[in-house]
Amino acid sequence: MDLTLKVWRQNGPQDAGRMETYPVSGVSPDMSFLEMMDMMNDQIIRNGGDPVAFDHDCREGICGMCSMFINGEAHGPNRGTTTCQLHMRSFKDGDTITIEPWRASAFPVVKDLAVDRSSFDRVIQSGGYISVNTSGETLDANAIPVPKGQADDAFSAATCIGCGACVATCKNASAMLFVSAKVSQFALLPQGQPERATRVQRMVEQMDKEGFGNCTNTGACAVECPKGIDLSNIARMNRDYLSASAKEE
Amino acid sequence: MLESKIPSGPLAEKWTSHKDHINLVNPANKRLIDVIVVGTGLAGSSASASLAEMGYNVKAFCFQDSPRRAHSIAAQGGINAAKNYQNDGDSVYRLFYDTVKGGDYRSREANVHRLAEVSTSIIDQCVAQGVPFAREYGGLLDNRSFGGVQVSRTFYAKGQTGQQLLLGAYSALSRQISKGKVEMFTRHEMMDVVVVDGKCRGIIARNLITGELERHSAHAVVLASGGYGNVFFLSTNAMGSNVSAAWKAHKKGAYMANPCFTQIHPTCIPVSGEHQSKLTLMSESLRNDGRIWVPAKKEDAEAIRKGTKRATNIAEEDRDYYLERRYPAFGNLVPRDVASRAAKERCDAGFGVNETGEAVFLDYASAFLRYGKTEASIRGLSNPSEAEIIRLGKEVVKAKYGNLFDMYKQIAADDPYETPMKIYPAVHYTMGGLWVDYNLMTSVPGLYATGEANFSDHGANRLGASALMQGLADGYFVLPYTIGDYLSDDIRTGAISADSPEFEAAEKGVQDRIDQLVNNNGTIPVDDFHRRLGRIMWNECGMSRSEVGLKQAISDIRTLREEFFRDVRVPGSAGEFNPELDKAGRVADFLELGELMCKDALERSESCGGHFREEFRTPEGEALRDDENFAFVSAWEFTGDPSESNLHKEDLKFENIELKQRSYK
Repeated sequence: MDLTLKVWRQNGPQDAGRMETYPVSGVSPDMSFLEMMDMMNDQIIRNGGDPVAFDHDCREGICGMCSMFINGEAHGPNRGTTTCQLHMRSFKDGDTITIEPWRASAFPVVKDLAVDRSSFDRVIQSGGYISVNTSGETLDANAIPVPKGQADDAFSAATCIGCGACVATCKNASAMLFVSAKVSQFALLPQGQPERATRVQRMVEQMDKEGFGNCTNTGACAVECPKGIDLSNIARMNRDYLSASAKEE
Repeated sequence: MLESKIPSGPLAEKWTSHKDHINLVNPANKRLIDVIVVGTGLAGSSASASLAEMGYNVKAFCFQDSPRRAHSIAAQGGINAAKNYQNDGDSVYRLFYDTVKGGDYRSREANVHRLAEVSTSIIDQCVAQGVPFAREYGGLLDNRSFGGVQVSRTFYAKGQTGQQLLLGAYSALSRQISKGKVEMFTRHEMMDVVVVDGKCRGIIARNLITGELERHSAHAVVLASGGYGNVFFLSTNAMGSNVSAAWKAHKKGAYMANPCFTQIHPTCIPVSGEHQSKLTLMSESLRNDGRIWVPAKKEDAEAIRKGTKRATNIAEEDRDYYLERRYPAFGNLVPRDVASRAAKERCDAGFGVNETGEAVFLDYASAFLRYGKTEASIRGLSNPSEAEIIRLGKEVVKAKYGNLFDMYKQIAADDPYETPMKIYPAVHYTMGGLWVDYNLMTSVPGLYATGEANFSDHGANRLGASALMQGLADGYFVLPYTIGDYLSDDIRTGAISADSPEFEAAEKGVQDRIDQLVNNNGTIPVDDFHRRLGRIMWNECGMSRSEVGLKQAISDIRTLREEFFRDVRVPGSAGEFNPELDKAGRVADFLELGELMCKDALERSESCGGHFREEFRTPEGEALRDDENFAFVSAWEFTGDPSESNLHKEDLKFENIELKQRSYK
C-alpha cells in the first residue's frame, strides 16, 4: 500500500506546531499502525531528518501509552481498539491519513504526538485508592464475598487503561469517563465503602483543578473508549458526588 | 565470595525465624533514611508503597509517562497462591515443590519456600485494596489451573490479571505520593548506579523530556527494572522494556546470574512479516481448555500452508494432539519449556500450519461442546441441538477469555470462535537476572534487585502465574523486611551527599556515552542493529542451543557491536525529548548482554528447563540435566569484556526435594 501521512509536528509545549506531509510506500496490510509509523521514522532517520515522536510501549492494547488522533478519531476508525492494535488492513491503498496528538489543555504536548498525561496520575493520587496498608495482615480474601454481578461491574470499570481517549474525544475535554471509572470500581465493592464519599469529592475537585472540561452528556467518550467503559459510570459518579455534597451540608 | 545468607533451621521455619531475628529500624530513624526504587511494575510499585508506609523516604523512577504503564500491566493469565480454596489438596509445600520441579531444580529451595509461604497474603492484600478478581456465583473467589501443576491455584481477573494487580499496587503507590512519602519521577531513566566506599549510594538519572542528567543519592537502591527479553528484539515484552538498569549495576560490580535462562512461551501469535515490532502472548490459561494439535499427515499440513485446506477440513482421526500423545499425565498443561520445544519439534518436522511453517493450532472446539453441555444442563434445556450447545459453550468461553479472543481477532484477522487459533512460541520472560542473596541484596552492598530483575525463584523455567506472585511477594512482603537489616547500620549516617567524586565520575561516564551516541554521524538507525542482534540470539541462543552455534553467535555479536558504535545514527541532540537516543543507549547494553548470555549458555554443558543444549538430551528428546556437575547458579562478574567475565558458582543444595528427571508423562 502507498499512503500519504499528514502528521502534527510540534517542538515542545510552547511551539505553535504545524502539519507536515510524509509519503510512505510499501506498507503491508498486516502491519500495525505503529509499525507503519516505525517504517516512516526509519525512512526519516536514514534521510537525516527528525523522526516523529510518539508514545507507545506494550503494543498489545493494555498499557494505555499510545495516543494518536487518527482521521479525527481517538485511536482511529475501529471501535474497541487502541492505536497499537489498529492494523493497516483497516485502510486502503492511496489513502491520506491525518495523525494528531490528544488535544486538551490538561494534556500539554511534549513533542509531536506525545502529550503529558500526568494530570490523570494526580487525580488518582487525590483519592483513587482504598486506604489499607500493605502488611498482608488483612482479612482472608474469601471473608469478603462480593456478588458476582457486582464484582463483574467493578471489574469492567477497572479495565480503564488511562489512555485519555475520552478526554481527546470530548468537545469539552472532560475527564468524567476516566474519573468515574475509578470512582465506580470502588463504589461497587464493599472494601470501597468507608471512603466512598470523600473519594468522589476529592477526585472531582482535583479533576476540575487540572482544567478538564465539564460533561454535557454527548456520550462520545464511551463510543471512542478502547475498553468500552460504560457511560453509566458517569451517572454513578454524579449520584455519589451529589449525595456526598448533600450529606456534608 | 558468594554468600547466599540462607538462614539455618528447618525449611518451613527459615523465613519466620529470619524475620524475627534481623535488625529493625525504629520509626523515628526511618524518617532519616532515603531509598531509591527504579521501576514501577509489580515489584517496584509494591516496594515503593510498602517502604513509604513504613516511614522511609522513597524516590521512585520509571521511564514511562506514568507508573501505571509498567509492563506488569500486560500480564494476562493469573497469579498463584496456595490458598486451597478449591479443596484439591493444595498446600504451601505443593506450591514450593511444583515451583522447584518446574524450574528443573535450578532454584534455591529457601527462596522458593518463602515465596510459597507469602503467596496467600498477596491475595488477601489485593482483595483488601479492591482488586476485582474473578468470582463465582456465591461471591467467593474463582480459580483456574495453569501449566506444570495438578491443582487449581491460579487467581485471575479475566485475561487482565496483571493490569488489575498493577493498578492495585499503583493505587497504594499513589496514596503514598499524595502523602509526600514517595517522590515520583516519571519519564526518567536510570543511567548508572553510584557506589561510594563499597556501598551503593545513589543513581544518575536522565530526565527524558529535557535530557538533563540528575544525581539522586540514597542509603540504598532497589532495582525493580524487569527482565531483558527484548535482547531478542521480538518478544512479548513492551517496546521500552530493557536491561540497562541491571546491566549498569552489573558493570559496577553486581553479578549477573544464569543470564542464559530465558523463557520461550508456547502460545503467542506467530510472526507475520519482516515489519514485526513485537509479539503478542495468548495467555497460558487458554491451554486449560484449548487443545493443541497439528495435522498427523504431512500432506494435510502442506495443504493448509498453501491455503487449499482449512483446520476444520481435517478429520478428528487425522489430527495429532501431540502434547496429549507425548505427555498423557499433564497433556496440554505441561510446563512452558516442554510445550515450546514440542511445538518446535513438530514444525521442524514439517507439520507447521501457516505460510512460514512455524505455527500450530490451539483449538477450542471441544471446550465449546463441554461448556455448552454443562450450561444447557444448568438451564434445564432438554435435548438441545448441537448448534445450541456450541452457542452456549461459546458464551461461557467468551466470559472467561473474551478479551484474549478479541485480541487474537484484531491481530490475526481471523475469528477464533470459528477456526482454531494459530500459535507459536516466543520469548516472554527471563529467569536469569541480577544475583541476589536471601535478603534480595546483590553482590554490591546496599543495592537490591526484586521481581524479574533478579534471578532467585524460578530456576531454569518459570511456571505460569508465578511472575506476578514473585513481583508482589518481593515488593510487599520480603524486601521491606530484609532491607531494614542493612539500613539499621545507617541510622546515624545522615543524608548522602551527591557532590562526591563518585557521583561526579558516574555522571561524567554517562555524559560521555550520550555524547558518543549523538555525535556518531553514522548512517543506520538503532532498530536495524536491534533486529539483527535479535535474529542472532533467536537462532543460536533461543529454543535450542549448540556449542558451534553459540561460538558463532559470540563472534557475530562482537562484530555487530563494533559496527553499531561505528555506524549507528542517532538523530537530534542530547538536550531534548529524544526517544531514538533512549533506544540507542538500551541497545548498546543489549549488545553486551547478548554476548554474556551466549557465554553462559556455552559454559552450561547440560540441558535444563528453558536452556536446551542439543548435545544433551534423553533418548526421547527431553532435556538432560547434569546434577553432578551443574547444580549451581552461575554468577558472572564483569571485567570489562563480556566474554572475559569471571564465573562464580553458588552450589544449590537440595535438602528437602529429591532431584529427579523431570517427567510430565
